[in-house]
Amino acid sequence: MGQSLIDLLNVSKSFDNALVLDDLNLSVKENTFVTLLGPSGCGKTTTLRIIGGFEHADTGKIIFDGQDISSLPPNKRQLNTVFQKYALFTHMNIQENIAFGLKIKGKSKSYIDDKIKYALKLVNLDGYEKRSVDSLSGGQQQRIAIARAIVNEPRVLLLDEPLGALDLKLRQDMQYELIRLKNELGITFIYVTHDQEEALTMSDTIVVMNQGYIQQMGTPEQIYNEPENAFVADFIGESNIVPGIMLQDELVEIFGAKFACVDKGFGSHVPVDVVIRPEDIDLVPPEEGTLQGVCTHLIFKGVHYEMEVTTPNGFEWLIHSTDLCPVGKAVGLRVDPFDIQIMNKPTSEDEEAQGVNE
Amino acid sequence: MKRTKDSLKRVVENFYLVIILIFLYAPIATMAVLSFNNSKSRTQWGGFTLKWYLEMFESSATIDALTNTLFIAFASSLIATVIGTAAAIAINSMKKTTKTIIMGITNIPMLNADIVTGISLMLAFIAFGISLGFQTILIAHITFNIPYVILSVMPKLKQTSKSTYEAALDLGASPLYAFFKVVFPDILPGVLSGFLLAFTMSLDDFIITHFTRGAGINTLSTLIYSEVRRGIKPSMYALSSIIFVTVLVLLIITNFAPNHKKGGEMI
Amino acid sequence: MSKKLLSGPYLLWMIGFTIIPLALIVFYGLTDKEGVFTLENILAIATPEHRKALWLSLGLSLVSTVFCLVLAYPLAMILRKRNIGKGSFVVFIFILPMWMNFLLRTLAWQTLLEKNGVINGILSFLHLPAQSLINTPGAIILGMVYNFLPFMVLPIYNVLCKIDDNTINAAQDLGANFFQTLIRIWFPLSVPGIISGITMVFVPALTTFVISNLLGGSKILLIGNVIEQEFTRGSNWNLGSGLSLVLMIFILISMALIAKYDKNGEGTAF
Repeated sequence: MGQSLIDLLNVSKSFDNALVLDDLNLSVKENTFVTLLGPSGCGKTTTLRIIGGFEHADTGKIIFDGQDISSLPPNKRQLNTVFQKYALFTHMNIQENIAFGLKIKGKSKSYIDDKIKYALKLVNLDGYEKRSVDSLSGGQQQRIAIARAIVNEPRVLLLDEPLGALDLKLRQDMQYELIRLKNELGITFIYVTHDQEEALTMSDTIVVMNQGYIQQMGTPEQIYNEPENAFVADFIGESNIVPGIMLQDELVEIFGAKFACVDKGFGSHVPVDVVIRPEDIDLVPPEEGTLQGVCTHLIFKGVHYEMEVTTPNGFEWLIHSTDLCPVGKAVGLRVDPFDIQIMNKPTSEDEEAQGVNE
Repeated sequence: MKRTKDSLKRVVENFYLVIILIFLYAPIATMAVLSFNNSKSRTQWGGFTLKWYLEMFESSATIDALTNTLFIAFASSLIATVIGTAAAIAINSMKKTTKTIIMGITNIPMLNADIVTGISLMLAFIAFGISLGFQTILIAHITFNIPYVILSVMPKLKQTSKSTYEAALDLGASPLYAFFKVVFPDILPGVLSGFLLAFTMSLDDFIITHFTRGAGINTLSTLIYSEVRRGIKPSMYALSSIIFVTVLVLLIITNFAPNHKKGGEMI
Repeated sequence: MSKKLLSGPYLLWMIGFTIIPLALIVFYGLTDKEGVFTLENILAIATPEHRKALWLSLGLSLVSTVFCLVLAYPLAMILRKRNIGKGSFVVFIFILPMWMNFLLRTLAWQTLLEKNGVINGILSFLHLPAQSLINTPGAIILGMVYNFLPFMVLPIYNVLCKIDDNTINAAQDLGANFFQTLIRIWFPLSVPGIISGITMVFVPALTTFVISNLLGGSKILLIGNVIEQEFTRGSNWNLGSGLSLVLMIFILISMALIAKYDKNGEGTAF
């Protein structure tokens, strides 16, 4: 991968005295698909709007390709945005919408015509030149919004929850479409969403945000398998987060039972948080399990069964398994060492605010 | 850099707002000041006085006109509210084409020039043999008030979901009971703002009243018109100030009463 | 079924007091005093004095409409920007004068403009020569702009408020500067409000007799004054109706424009 194309340095922003971004630092490499992921109000959209130039940071700088663009208006920035509700120009037809940016730049008519054809082909809507915006479905409008942005050959495409208004099937189709587009165009995508599945599917890099802070940044695998704190673990997929005591390197005690793990360097007898994904718990006969419990809940989900196993201390473990354990039956729980993820407990209140604070 | 540019823009915008505000309010403020001026001159301040207000209230012509104005405004807006609300409910349940035609007719008094509406009503009253006087002003005011009521109630009716009414019927309510218990509370804000809007329009009207009134009867507007043509008396300033304050209060109630529709649109 | 009966009183009322009265104007306008059909009342618009009044009315109301538009559009844009996230009180302040009795508003300007009025008083205080301000076409235009400005602001403001911020952002994002955004996005999207505003200013300005009477003196006659005098003094109702019909042609053109450009009633002020 190339070097960093966009850098946000110490960016802070507040609205009406409410701090939305607090001293945020973010670096985006060229030709990557970066997703800002987080619950509503986490500051992800504000970050995107600051990059796009629609908001101005109270403090901090935005560096684009080595140049400070913090004070440039949106129309002077080499990036384009696909807006949440498409924001197509309803008084223009499709062709005029796509041509908008190129006409502003004073491109020749033949160049514009070629570009429109190319862009419509790229988003699989050839022949829609003369259609009106109102006559298109949500998914089609979304494609036009993308076409309108990419004809300008931006170096970065900003996408603000572009699939939020679409239904599930269409959303999945569009996810593949976006990945294909990114690969064909070879430009950087910065994508905002609150949908973790969308983020995991499409991204090269995921930036998990909460309350104006970056919680974790990494590849989808890192984010999913090695969450750095309870917020990330809880927000990405389903998980069992339990208190534990790190007895020594590679050994953790949970509810009185000792589990082998692969984490080191936490010290001995240190309280920690332990994350175990529901699909990583194996159901075994009671005598073979590290922990024993009774199945208290069972739902068939199609791909697997979703079960709750209650251990004697009253904790309900969420388990996804293709093995069936009927309600009321005693069962043993076992976890492979590499499926156990150990996290430091937040030590100060400030750290608490940056981490778990739901 | 961007920030100084932004604040400069804001200064220019504020300046523009202030200029327009001065343009809009300076004349009204001038009248208010002159209504307390002891001197009859418009350029010299002769000390504070309430005598013009007293003079105004002592004039029986003014008091008669005031009574007429208030009574006509109240009666015409009340009748218009009843007729208009009933009509809105009926129109809302009509087929699209019928609806379009009737709404088209509803818009006529609003889009037509007041002078034409006034003249046409005057011709009609004379043709119908209704003598011009109090009753013709009342009818005329009801006529131009009904559309305002309909246009206030219609949006509320459209928001009311049909299923709540049907749910009430399903739970055993009679149609009439269901209407007053379920639908009416929903459209009440629209009915009230329609009434107040009609009341304000009626208070404000001059042109239509001018053509439909008979000799010897005046509303405040027609009184002001005849007085002004004879030359402005300071008691007219007193009257203006009172009317301005009244309208201000009415409008604040209409626009900022709780339950009023939110958003950018203003009545 | 019973619901439709509720519209009965309204329909009767509209037939009796809107449709029949309008029909009467047409009848009077197309007949002479004996009730015989004639086009004379309508052709009377061509006589020099009527033609002059009509041209003057058209001219003054057009100029006033243009002034109103030029003043109102930036105002509406600023108000839209300021109103976001707040109550509509700022907007309310600008709309308020619309609800002031317009006789009083005109009276106010008379007070300011008269020969020994407030403005000349201030001028003489400053030892400047007095100006003859009242009884000029300029005074009438001032009165029209003052009276009808809020009617232009409100529909434009309402239509601007419906434009999504992201539509504007998108235009800037695609490289448009302020003026390009204004011409390519703001203006086309606010056409319904502009047309509605133009009509709401132009129709009353074209047909007024009060403003010209109070600020224009007896020398300047607008078509509204001519018609008013036919009904209240000259009492040639047929001629008055005929001239009204001519006036209604302009009103109908305005209504047609609204029907064409403001199909969804987006720009309505009420």
